[in-house]
Amino acid sequence: MLSFIGRSAIQKIITLFFVSVISFLVIHLAPGEPSQVDPLNPKFTPEMVERFRKQFHLDQPLYVQYVYFYGDLFTGKTVSWKDNQPVLGKIWERFKNSLWLFVVGTILTWTLSFPIGIRSAIFRGGPYDRSATFFSYLLISIPGFFFAYILIIVVVNTFHVPVIGMETFGMGELPWYRLLMDRVWHLLLPSVLGAIGGIAILSRYVRSQMLEVETQDYVRTARAKGVPEEQVHYKHALRNALLPFVTMFGLILPGLIGGSVIIEFIFSWPGMGRMAYEAILARDYPIILTVNFISAVLVLIGTFISDVLYMVVDPRIRL
Amino acid sequence: MERPVGPRESRFRQSWRLLRRNRLAFLGLIIFVAFFLTALAGRVLTYGTKPVFDPAAVRLQEKLRPPLSSPHLETLRPQEIPRLGLYLFGTDDLGRDVFARMVQGAWVSLTVGFVAVGIAVIVGIVMGGMSGYFGQNLVRTDQILLAAALLSGIGLVMVGATGTGVALLLVGSACMVFSRWWKKRWEKQPLTGWTKVFFAGMVSIDTLVMRLVDIMLCFPSFFLILTVVALLPASIYNIMIVIGLTSWMGTTRFVRAEFLSLREQDFVTAARALGVSKWRIIFRHMIPNAIAPVLVSATIGIATAILTEAGLSFLGFGVPPPDATWGNILSNGKDFIFDAPWLTFIPGFAILVVVLSFNLFGEGLRDILNPKLRERY
Repeated sequence: MLSFIGRSAIQKIITLFFVSVISFLVIHLAPGEPSQVDPLNPKFTPEMVERFRKQFHLDQPLYVQYVYFYGDLFTGKTVSWKDNQPVLGKIWERFKNSLWLFVVGTILTWTLSFPIGIRSAIFRGGPYDRSATFFSYLLISIPGFFFAYILIIVVVNTFHVPVIGMETFGMGELPWYRLLMDRVWHLLLPSVLGAIGGIAILSRYVRSQMLEVETQDYVRTARAKGVPEEQVHYKHALRNALLPFVTMFGLILPGLIGGSVIIEFIFSWPGMGRMAYEAILARDYPIILTVNFISAVLVLIGTFISDVLYMVVDPRIRL
Repeated sequence: MERPVGPRESRFRQSWRLLRRNRLAFLGLIIFVAFFLTALAGRVLTYGTKPVFDPAAVRLQEKLRPPLSSPHLETLRPQEIPRLGLYLFGTDDLGRDVFARMVQGAWVSLTVGFVAVGIAVIVGIVMGGMSGYFGQNLVRTDQILLAAALLSGIGLVMVGATGTGVALLLVGSACMVFSRWWKKRWEKQPLTGWTKVFFAGMVSIDTLVMRLVDIMLCFPSFFLILTVVALLPASIYNIMIVIGLTSWMGTTRFVRAEFLSLREQDFVTAARALGVSKWRIIFRHMIPNAIAPVLVSATIGIATAILTEAGLSFLGFGVPPPDATWGNILSNGKDFIFDAPWLTFIPGFAILVVVLSFNLFGEGLRDILNPKLRERY
């Protein structure tokens, strides 16, 4: 166990190093320079461009810039090129907003997909299973932005509630339950949209796991012994089918950052995805690179957690 | 004497029969073929100097007409009259014919899907095949140094330090020629001292390829694609290449796993014993047996690529303006969602139907090509 942790830590640090090099090169070798972002602005004189380049070490060779950048990142001194705010502080502000979407979306995904998947596995081939299959393909295939507009039209027309942004502007002094309901309405649509793809995929996965376990010998034995059907499904089959899902808890961690650019863009949600999008538009390299780096760290931590969980729940596995 | 009996029906006929049985997958195939023909027709009918359907003709007096409405003939010049005599899918905010734009967009979606997945599959098969078949071979220190010299040379030339870069490239190629000669000359001699370290194997090819896959999987894919596409000059080819180069990891893993198990099988041993060459074994015997999971993941990959392109176009980073794509028709239409809902719904449904057909067909293919499920029928 200890040797596994040590080995994988070393491996992950090497991977992280290459990720940082590649993302740095990709961004800096792309044509164009951040100092040319606004060439038509009359206040942007050549002296200012020169000062800008000097300030952010853009006049140095690439490997010096690399050392400067990651040195700053680890000491927490990186600042955004756009407004000179510390990058980590900005990311933390936006992260708190995205966290809401992530938490609600994850809860929806994990509570809805298990009942759906288990039911379709038990009644496999029946009308419920077939319609669940078709709907899950439909939900995987629908473009998120299109579905978002359908939902906006439906919700706005039937319930007459505003849904864009995090809260309705200028609510003033209202009783707390009105304010709470307002927040809930604004939170609901984007988190449902974020959860939909996950529900569709996860419920299919639950179904196939259940089907696989149901054909095992011990399930047949339990049936032959005369164990009631309910107990066969939920006690013998489900418990063993759950095994791979324990490890998936580690893999949801990267979802904290990636994946929500389009949804946050549509709903004007001031979260991480939207900040990354704005940073790309403004060529704000420190923010792009930091978001990229954090998300790579989360992916690596996630795979590590899932490996460890696998060892904990399945004693046959020795890594 | 009784001759050995072959299978009663060929593999293709059997697959076709199974496909006909799977109604959803068959529906997917039909929609896929229809989409393919539409896209080809779009390529022929909407490009060129005098296209049959002109997707770029602006008629400001005819803006935001609903679907199936007929044009006001008296206000239009003869060349501006839509070919069908009516606006089948309506017009957008500049009075352009949405039908013509949709047909043109079909071609863009098709090429982005196929080219991006083609790149991903080729890279995936090469990398996966390499690590599956030659995986145990060790890369020697001198080879690593050589590759590093050549790669950094290319990198330096690209950055702009041409002098150093060209020098490194020259040194690298000289070393390559020299090592050829060296190998022939000194092959029989035992190695001594530091040369032993120099020619010792460092890491296996398998490790190298799999670590590269791990590195690529660390990037948040949509965010990476978005960044690269936004920084590069806008063009459809950049989008295809970037989507292709960020989605080959799954194929690599499949092909590697298949190759590892195929390599140990008797027919490969037999072929090797007969003296069949390495490359013939790989291309004639192993790849056809390893292709089934690749085909399935490629079909689903096309669906994902079309969705990604639509998402990029929606955010405004997609194919540059004169060309219409389904993503940017929808993105332009979203400002008029309550006045002109057809501008959102027509491209939205088109993307949905095409992506759904690819997904259904891919899943059906997975069942059909799976030998365990085959036995049931």
